[in-house]
Order: sequence, then structure tokens, then C-alpha cells
Amino acid sequence: MRPILMIEDLSKEFYLHEQKKKISSCRNISLSLQKGGFIGIVGTSGAGKSTVLRCIYRTYLATGGRVVYDSLAYGPLDLVAAAERQIIYLRRAEIGYVSQFLSTLPRTTAFQYVTDAALDAGFPQDEAEERAAEMLRYFRLREDLWALYPVTFSGGEKLRLNLAQAMVKAPRLLLLDEPTASLDPDTKLLVRDLLIRLKAQGTSMLGIFHDLAFMDGLCDQVFNLSRGSFADREERAVK
Amino acid sequence: MKKEEERPVLKVEGLTVRYGKGCPHCLEGGALLKNTCPQCRTVWACRAVDAELYPGEILGVVGESGSGKSTLMKSLYFDFPVTEGRAWLTSYKEGGADIFHQNLQQKKYIRNHIMGMVYQNPVLGLRMDYSSAGNIAEKLIAAGGRSFSAMTGRVRELLAAVEILETRMKEPPRYFSGGMQQRVQISKALANNPAVLLLDEVTTGLDLSVQARVLDLIRRIRQEYGISILLVSHDLAVIRMLADRTIVMLDGQVIERGLTDQILDDPQHPYTQQLVHSLL
Repeated sequence: MRPILMIEDLSKEFYLHEQKKKISSCRNISLSLQKGGFIGIVGTSGAGKSTVLRCIYRTYLATGGRVVYDSLAYGPLDLVAAAERQIIYLRRAEIGYVSQFLSTLPRTTAFQYVTDAALDAGFPQDEAEERAAEMLRYFRLREDLWALYPVTFSGGEKLRLNLAQAMVKAPRLLLLDEPTASLDPDTKLLVRDLLIRLKAQGTSMLGIFHDLAFMDGLCDQVFNLSRGSFADREERAVK
Repeated sequence: MKKEEERPVLKVEGLTVRYGKGCPHCLEGGALLKNTCPQCRTVWACRAVDAELYPGEILGVVGESGSGKSTLMKSLYFDFPVTEGRAWLTSYKEGGADIFHQNLQQKKYIRNHIMGMVYQNPVLGLRMDYSSAGNIAEKLIAAGGRSFSAMTGRVRELLAAVEILETRMKEPPRYFSGGMQQRVQISKALANNPAVLLLDEVTTGLDLSVQARVLDLIRRIRQEYGISILLVSHDLAVIRMLADRTIVMLDGQVIERGLTDQILDDPQHPYTQQLVHSLL
């Protein structure tokens, strides 16, 4: 079976013109994510974990290697070299990105934030609203918060809103950038439970986590990133 | 947005606005001092600018003062004559005619039917002593509107969309706050359902709450009307929130272009890095 995502020798260097300095963030990263699979990446701060995810999402321009995503719209596509318009389409319809941070437009309610993502993905207004409500319920965000502006939300509520916003478009590939950092143990368990349900539904995921216990039974494979390259790889069985 | 929708609504090629005759040095692409030719002192406000705007997209334009952002916008709206370059609009003669080489009547048609412009300075976009309703009606009449009741209905609808009370529609914009003047400008620009909206620093100088209201309005306009927007702003936070793609201008030229988050998080050009690192 063709993997949904195949990374070959991915490298990223930043060149700071003012300081005339080159910083290597990750090098020769290769991995293959099967459809419906879940790969976890661990590593110390500054090891380059987020860089890998951002290169996949094209927030960063990779300096070497290929990131081949098997898209529905365009077939296998190298995200490093793909046209900007293709990336925008894939972000709206096929690839989701969740971090611990939430950035919303001013005067946008939690419900509107999720509905907008569904509208961007091409759902008509009625269906977008239905899906938004369904997702907010699924991620257990209290209904009395839906009409509020998310700036006042707690970390756990913001994360659940982020997940709902990413999942409302039913992405085939979900990138998770330390979504559980700074969450209390109860909320972490809730997120873990939700991720297991998403995996069971067939969503392919690639995630960065600090908490090894959190990944146990969730990830099929765990990669340990150290100083920009994979130090070791471990296969884990899903419980 | 998929392959079959990939035709840009606006395509600009080699747009150049030059003040001065030029000399062999600058005409043949020689280096400039800022945007001025060191030999003949010709000013190149825009030099060979290429841009494409796709359906329903917001394209951000950033750069320092004097980098040519407003010149680009005003040239597209025919406020400034272009020295060289071509541009096509899909909604005008099915994209088969260069809009810069049209006669005055045709250019007026494009301004009144296909494009809307919101200036940084409301004085340029509004008649300050006419009523707000009159300002919008002027645009409707220019596009062929003649029925008083139909126009009044449309004016009410447009002012409601930008959250201006109907009771104030007869007041001239002179008596409005800066934020309200910008919203009247936006409703005037939207009067004839343009395909392309040009927004030049619409949030500059507005206080935070009014800025939030204008940003929310831009988001709704894009969502409800499917309009493509060219958005010039100094404020990188505004660009991050609204623009899908961004071009960076320096000394009249486009020096970098890309996805907005890539431009802001992984800038490649020395100037863009300097700009992003200057963020508070």
C-alpha cells in the first residue's frame, strides 16, 4: 500500500543575513507514514521536531529532500516544491495542523472559528454549521462557550477548539505540534482518548509529544530526534 | 481552488511606474539607489512588478514606506498612469484585454463595475460634504443605477453590512470618526459587487477596537461575497490573520513572495528578515 506521507532526506537550514550565520535545524530526516497510521516524534527542546512538521506544512521551506504527500486532489505531490495554491488547497481540505497556540481573528466566536474552517474547506453554510457543532460536541467544548471569543479560554479549551477547527474539514493527515504541552493530566487523558478515536476513524497522524507515557498505545512508531537527526526508531504496538 | 479553478481573477505583468525619462543605465536594469537612478535621478516607483490574484483569495502586500505598495494599488485603479506593463481581469472581456491599454470610458467601466478601492486616506475615496448615502449612490449611478427606491434599498443594505446606523446615512462623512469613514468607503467600494477589492492600509491609524471591527468586516466580505482582495498593510499581524499569500516590496520591486506564514516565519530575503525581526 502506498504511504500517505513519505519523507526522504529532509533537511532545513536557516540563514540569518544580518548575523551572517547558518543554523542547521534538521538533516537527512526520512520516514514513511501509512494511511491511518500514527507516528510520534520525541526529542529534547531544540532538536528540530517542530521544524519537521513545519516543513511538511510548508510554513518552512525545506533546503533539501522531498516530502511526498499522496493527495486526493493532485495525487502524489512533493510538498517542498508544490505550487502555493496547491498548498493552500491542501491545508483547507486535506491537511490539518494543531499546536498548543490559538490564533483567531478579533470578534470571532469559537463557533464561528470552527464554522469558518468548514466554509473554507468548501462545505455550504448549513452543513458547515452542523459540522462545527458536531465537532465542538465531539471535542467536548461546553456549549455555553460557543458564542464567546476564545481569547478568554483556558489552555485545555483552546486546544479542544484547535482540534475541532482542524478536524471539522475531516483532514486525511493531521500534524500535531506538542498539542498537550501545558495541559493538566485530566485534559491530557481526554485529548489522548480523542486522538485514539480519530485514529480508529482512519485519520493519519504525525505528532510531537514530550510525554512518553502519553504516546504509549497511541503511536505505531516513535522516532527520537536528537540534534536534527533521528537517533533511533521504535515500533510500538497499538493496544 | 483545485486545478480547474486555477485561473487568476487579476494578473499583473511587468508593472512599471517611472517618474523621469530614464537613461541607458536604469532603462537597461542597472542598480538603483533606493528607487532612484544614481545617474539620471529618475524615480522608479514600481519596477517590473508581477502579481496574480486568485478567486476568493486575499493577497497581502507589505513593505516600508516608499516601497511602491500604494503606487501599485493606485495604478491598478487607474489613479496613476503606468509607464509599462500589462494587466488582465477575468471579469473584463474574459481576460482577453490588457486593462492598461483601454480608453477612458472602458477604464471607468472597470472602476465602476469590476474593481473597488479603499484608500488609506478617506478624503481620496469619499466626498466629505455629501451624505454617506449620496457617496454610495454616486457609485451606483456611475454603474447605471437610476431607480431611487432600488438605490436607497441597496444603500441601506450596504451601510447595514458595515454596521453604520440607518439614522446616520444622511450625514456627511466629515462628521464621522476615522473608522466610520473607512467603513463608508468599504461600502462604497462594494456597491456594485466588484470582483476585485483593493484595500490600501485600511486599518492604519484606527484604534484597536475599530481595527478589529474593520478586520472582521474584511473577513465577512471575503466569505459572503467571494471577492478577491489585494491588501496593503504595514501591520504584519493584520497580514498574518487575513492574507493567504503575501508579496514583499522594496524600492519599487517585489523581492519575495510566498505563503503568508512562510514569509513571516521563514523569510528568505535580508530585507524581509529585517522586517519580521523588527516586530514588537
